[in-house]
Amino acid sequence: MRKIGFRLLVLALAFLMVLPLFADDHESILDKVKKRGKVVCGVHGGLPGFGFLGEDGKWSGFDADFGRAIAAAVLGDPDKVEFVPLNAAERFTALQTGEIDVLIRNTTWTLSRDAELSTDFAPPTFYDGQGFMLLKSLNITSIDQLAGASIGVTAGSTTELNLADTMRSLGIDFNPVVYEDIDTLYSSYDAGRVDAVTSDKSQLVARRKDLKKSDDHVILDVTISKEPLGPLTIHGDNKWNDAVSWVVYATFFAEEHKITQKNVKSLKTDNPEIKRFLGDSGEMGKKLGLPKDWAKQIIIAVGNYGEIFERNLTPIGLPRGVNKPWTQGGLLYAMPFR
Amino acid sequence: MENIAITQEVKPPNTSKGPVKWLQDNLFNTWYNTILTCLALVFLFFVFKGGLTWIFTQAEWEVIPANLQILMIGPYPIEQAWRIWIVLCTLFVLLGLSAGVWKGLVLRISAAIAIFGLILLLIPLDVVKNSEAEYAVLEFNFNIIYLIFLKRTWLLGGLVLFIVTFFLGRDKNVLKRWVIGGWVLSLPYTMMVLHGFGENSVSTTHWGGLFLTLVLAAAGITMCFPLGVLLALGRRSQLPAIKWVSTIYIETIRGVPLITLLIMGSVLFPIFMPGDLQLDKVLRAELALILFSAAYMAENVRGGLQAVPQGQVEAAQAVGLTYPKTMLFIVLPQALRAVIPAIVGQFISLFKDTSLVTIIGLLDLLGIARSVLANPTWQGRYIEVYLFVAAIYFVFCYAMSYVSQKIEADLGVGKH
Repeated sequence: MRKIGFRLLVLALAFLMVLPLFADDHESILDKVKKRGKVVCGVHGGLPGFGFLGEDGKWSGFDADFGRAIAAAVLGDPDKVEFVPLNAAERFTALQTGEIDVLIRNTTWTLSRDAELSTDFAPPTFYDGQGFMLLKSLNITSIDQLAGASIGVTAGSTTELNLADTMRSLGIDFNPVVYEDIDTLYSSYDAGRVDAVTSDKSQLVARRKDLKKSDDHVILDVTISKEPLGPLTIHGDNKWNDAVSWVVYATFFAEEHKITQKNVKSLKTDNPEIKRFLGDSGEMGKKLGLPKDWAKQIIIAVGNYGEIFERNLTPIGLPRGVNKPWTQGGLLYAMPFR
Repeated sequence: MENIAITQEVKPPNTSKGPVKWLQDNLFNTWYNTILTCLALVFLFFVFKGGLTWIFTQAEWEVIPANLQILMIGPYPIEQAWRIWIVLCTLFVLLGLSAGVWKGLVLRISAAIAIFGLILLLIPLDVVKNSEAEYAVLEFNFNIIYLIFLKRTWLLGGLVLFIVTFFLGRDKNVLKRWVIGGWVLSLPYTMMVLHGFGENSVSTTHWGGLFLTLVLAAAGITMCFPLGVLLALGRRSQLPAIKWVSTIYIETIRGVPLITLLIMGSVLFPIFMPGDLQLDKVLRAELALILFSAAYMAENVRGGLQAVPQGQVEAAQAVGLTYPKTMLFIVLPQALRAVIPAIVGQFISLFKDTSLVTIIGLLDLLGIARSVLANPTWQGRYIEVYLFVAAIYFVFCYAMSYVSQKIEADLGVGKH
């Protein structure tokens, strides 16, 4: 009798162990988010302009605002988002294990990440690129003139690789000075131990403000790498990826058509596309699995792309650059709302 | 009979004390020491002059009061902050009762903590914001003092509770068992209150700042100590299985840097676990800290165990004490007493090691400091923010060291 009981116990335990294998994992994150009533968004714990904790204990920054936009679109409330600060190594794990629903943390869209990691990208929200900063007084305007210069770069980053690749292909001799830590890199540059420093332009701009005489430094007009940064979702959840992608497009679209946080509520228009955008006609929201006025909610909550940019990145001194609507010669191109 | 001089006049040793005498003996006793002293003074003067001028005139300290809230509690919702205060008040009650029941050393330590609370109550760090969200210049007028007190009603309440419970618990030996039970339950109680249940619960993604640092350190210290003692006993066990498991555990963990354990906990562990069985991120970091410190703690305790003469164990066995009783009442009290400095050293290093959780993306005190520096408004205020953080770490570490000195003095370690 005791033996049978023991066997039953073993069987029950074995059953419990394989149970997770049969778990229904096909529910879209979009439905999970609606059920849960909040979006969980992975962000950078402290990157000037992109993600940091404000004085009131609320997350601020460019990336955080896109997290709010998703919450506004899906749940109609920009505050129904929980931010999880993540470091570079664990960000993809957090997405794969379902700890977060969406990752908006300065992540460059590359082939390897798209194909190898189980992640899908949404349209880039910010096009960054690697550049150079040096003293104005050196009168250097192009990369060729950097021959023989010592250039500071952080160790083990794609930045280091890009620098070497570019210089080799141009046949320029230079002297790379590799730093382990970002702060050391910039303080050495400030102290004049290297002639120039290379990194993503957004970082160069943000760091230039901290230099002793920031006006004496110039960022070269050349860009030697592409760094499209955008949100990521888990691989294979197309419904959720569509929702996140169209949240991004909605901010582009609104800027293209001059729909702002101020005028969105009282906007009167005959443009059928704008009508569809605002949810006044058509069933754009339903097709995405979102409420009828999802795009309107985004604009009410965080404004259009230009407004998000001006609120977060203009204060740290970032120019719009290529992050302008395509109508103004930039790269922001919203797919048609029809 | 020879006349033996039974008294001989001996000059008493020069026992004059005081600062002047000390200076003469230690700093100006020879000409070269005098020169060295003067050079050192000149050097110190310039170092201090530079440092103090910077601290008092050049530093822009407004970054600290402006961000005080997030430095203290991180993204913890301010409308839920009462949870933290409730926990603090409970701790004050327990401290007050302990002070009343045990007196002596416990009273002195509790009183020191209460005085520290009183000092906090009087430091006007949280400058009042005015309507334009700028920060009013500090003026010692009654209005500001009143507002600061209003914000700190909780702290004041805690201190009052401390004094009340001290008088309640005075000389009531019956309470001893209850107070010990209270301390044992305080950790799960604290976690429950801080996290909460249902709709208003505060998930650990909102935990941050000094608050997270203290939670990590307190839970780490209270959990790693018993685990360390068990491992130390296990390593000396006669049973091969227990002995080898303990030894392998200790040597493996000691052979790995803490940061590896933390990264394993935050990146690898979630991949191994099945989808729905995810452990909380703060809990994973906490476990890594506990497992790491326990291995070191085990070796510290083992050092103490080796200092206890074998005769003690034999004597205990001779009077018929069981193994647990021998360990609990004969061996461990002597062993732990011998290694207090090493144990407290381990506690202090655990407290400082909590700052490593910044690397796995948790916003402890140091993580918040970095986040503050990423705020465009406060960019470039590195030195101010890091100095403030360093001062906080110093206060807590020194407090631990001070308590350990008091305990040693009370137990007469190194004297008898």
